[in-house]
Amino acid sequence: MTEFTERKAGISRRNFLKTGAAAAAGAAVGSGAITGFPTIWAQNPITLRQFGTGVSNLNAIAEKCKEDLGITLEMTATDSDAAAQRAVTQPDSYDIADIEYWILKKVFPTGVIQPMDTSRLTYYDQIVPLFKTGKLLPDSVIAQGTAPHTVGFVEGPDSTTFAAGETGWFTMVPTIYNADTLGIRPDLVGREITSWADIMDPAFKGKTAIINVPSIGIMDAAMIMEAMGEITYGDKGNMTTEEIDATIEFLIKAKQDGQFRAFWKSFDESVNLMSSGEVVIQSMWSPAVAAVRSKGIACTYQPLKEGYRSWGGGLGLAAHLEGAMLDAAYEYINWYTSGWVGGYLNRQGYYSANMESARNHMSEDEWGYWIEGKPAQGDILAPDGTVMETAGAVRDGGSFEERMGKVACWNSVMDEDRYMVRRWNEFIAA
Amino acid sequence: MNNLLSRATPYIQATPLALILAFFLLLPILLLVVVSFWDYDFAGMYPDLMTLNYEEVLGSWVTWRTYLNTLKFAALVWAITAFVGFWIAYFLAFHVRTTTMQMVLFLICTVPFLTSNIIRMISWIPVLGRNGLVNTALVNAGIVPEPIEWLLYSDFAVVLAMVHLFTLFMVTPIFNTMMRIDRSLVEAARDGGARNWQIIWHVILPLAKPGIAIGTIFVVTLVMADFSTVQVMSGGQSASVALMMRNQMSLLQYPAAAANAVVLLVLVLVMVAGILRIVDIRKEL
Repeated sequence: MTEFTERKAGISRRNFLKTGAAAAAGAAVGSGAITGFPTIWAQNPITLRQFGTGVSNLNAIAEKCKEDLGITLEMTATDSDAAAQRAVTQPDSYDIADIEYWILKKVFPTGVIQPMDTSRLTYYDQIVPLFKTGKLLPDSVIAQGTAPHTVGFVEGPDSTTFAAGETGWFTMVPTIYNADTLGIRPDLVGREITSWADIMDPAFKGKTAIINVPSIGIMDAAMIMEAMGEITYGDKGNMTTEEIDATIEFLIKAKQDGQFRAFWKSFDESVNLMSSGEVVIQSMWSPAVAAVRSKGIACTYQPLKEGYRSWGGGLGLAAHLEGAMLDAAYEYINWYTSGWVGGYLNRQGYYSANMESARNHMSEDEWGYWIEGKPAQGDILAPDGTVMETAGAVRDGGSFEERMGKVACWNSVMDEDRYMVRRWNEFIAA
Repeated sequence: MNNLLSRATPYIQATPLALILAFFLLLPILLLVVVSFWDYDFAGMYPDLMTLNYEEVLGSWVTWRTYLNTLKFAALVWAITAFVGFWIAYFLAFHVRTTTMQMVLFLICTVPFLTSNIIRMISWIPVLGRNGLVNTALVNAGIVPEPIEWLLYSDFAVVLAMVHLFTLFMVTPIFNTMMRIDRSLVEAARDGGARNWQIIWHVILPLAKPGIAIGTIFVVTLVMADFSTVQVMSGGQSASVALMMRNQMSLLQYPAAAANAVVLLVLVLVMVAGILRIVDIRKEL
């Protein structure tokens, strides 16, 4: 659900007809004994059906994939809960699952995703160590929650339980991730914001908001509570029922004291709350901060001393893939990590899992601004060509290593998930 | 043979409607009831006969508080729309003289309905917000020292938006019944020495009751089933029954939502039955 915006690719009627024909052709390829590589797809078009949570379901990627590989991508975006359900209940309806790691934790044990042989992944060695060992730098501390490396590997091709370390069998290739924090209106807060606890400052009474998506909202609440020194969690990403109770009761009290102005559910709501000045500090996603700024309103994605709440997603292979379809899927994934997509995602403010190859597809200035945290030399453009930042601007939170090196907790699924959701509903009703 | 055919005729005539109702109304409700007894987890629903869903719905203080909150909205919105709706209909029916003018004015009432529900609702946000039209005007005029917070993201905002959205549903049926009131009754009352307010109270109001009852059914069912207005206008701070159901559905807890829907359905049917007991709407139809 993180950073969900409605994007659907390839659903126009014309495209549908085209992809339908391509699917038929793809099936013909799949049934024939055709081996050999890249050029084959251009002659015998193949279609891969990808579904996922929408962040990386971008039209531009589907177009470029068609251009480079001749593979037609049929993309469907859903919200995270529907994605989890679809992954499990309709395993034949997709070829590639584009899902977040915490969803994978629920989905993989049901056997609908097949592990990948890392020797077939051209760029495996270049994938950032965060997804292999949990440490971005050798001295980093492993964050709480569903850290991607804990669900990244299995022992063998038929295994459905996660392995403790690197094994050569990858559950998903990481593609996109980011570090989330609080967004603020620097012109309206009137003081320096340094901690998650600042959202509970009585000075901001009635001017704060948090996200009303239980699995993410509870994490933001946990970051806030821990920062206030009210509680120390064993694992913020997997709370005990007592910890859930304490967190929810804290939230209910804050709500009844009038600390919150609103609870937002969709991207645009958070943008409107911030740009209208109803709220001066709130949970936010990085594209929403960019959207507020693009209206000429000051908005900062404020780095906080307790660290970031992070999320990550990747591509998994459906269990039913075999033969030519499987080859095509591997080739698609190798293309995905070969740089063009990485550069595209980096330029949107997300991070690519293969930084080395992405660098080749970014200008020196873009690399400096987005990844190294250096001041921009000239205009920084969004992928659609609009000016996002002008010369001299510095990215909030600084460089890639500064931001991803300070992850306190990953989005996660709790063992007490159902109980947590029920209590969260009580908070909203209270 | 002829006798048999003539006895069967009404049944044959009723068959198409009966089939449509059975397929599109009874069957879905039946499914809803069946599913409400099923078990579920994140991956799917499992046929079962368990009452846990109902225990969770009825045993939680959240449900009771949410129902109470929804009923409060229903009562407030009903009272305001009935009052406003009655006077608008009264004006249209008794003060506007020509039928043409009546129809023109009535159509003007419906103009806002040419835009979407959501747009009419969201339009309130820039009006009521902290830096919105009302607050800016009040602050600049020196009437209040700082913006009034409770204008937006509050129960006030929810009720205001609902009244705006639903008043026409009250105006239309009341106007309709008022148009059928025999004008000679009003003249007779006046000849008998009744004052204006006595005519309204003793003649028009009792005769307009069926219209008010139909309007009430519209407004009450609309408010009870609403989720978007409550979500948007309260900024997610307030809960409604339908919103609770939507939350459950977005988490794929369909059986729990079905149990909730059954409870809501029963409650609304009881309310409608109550209204029908008080006012015989068929008398006027």
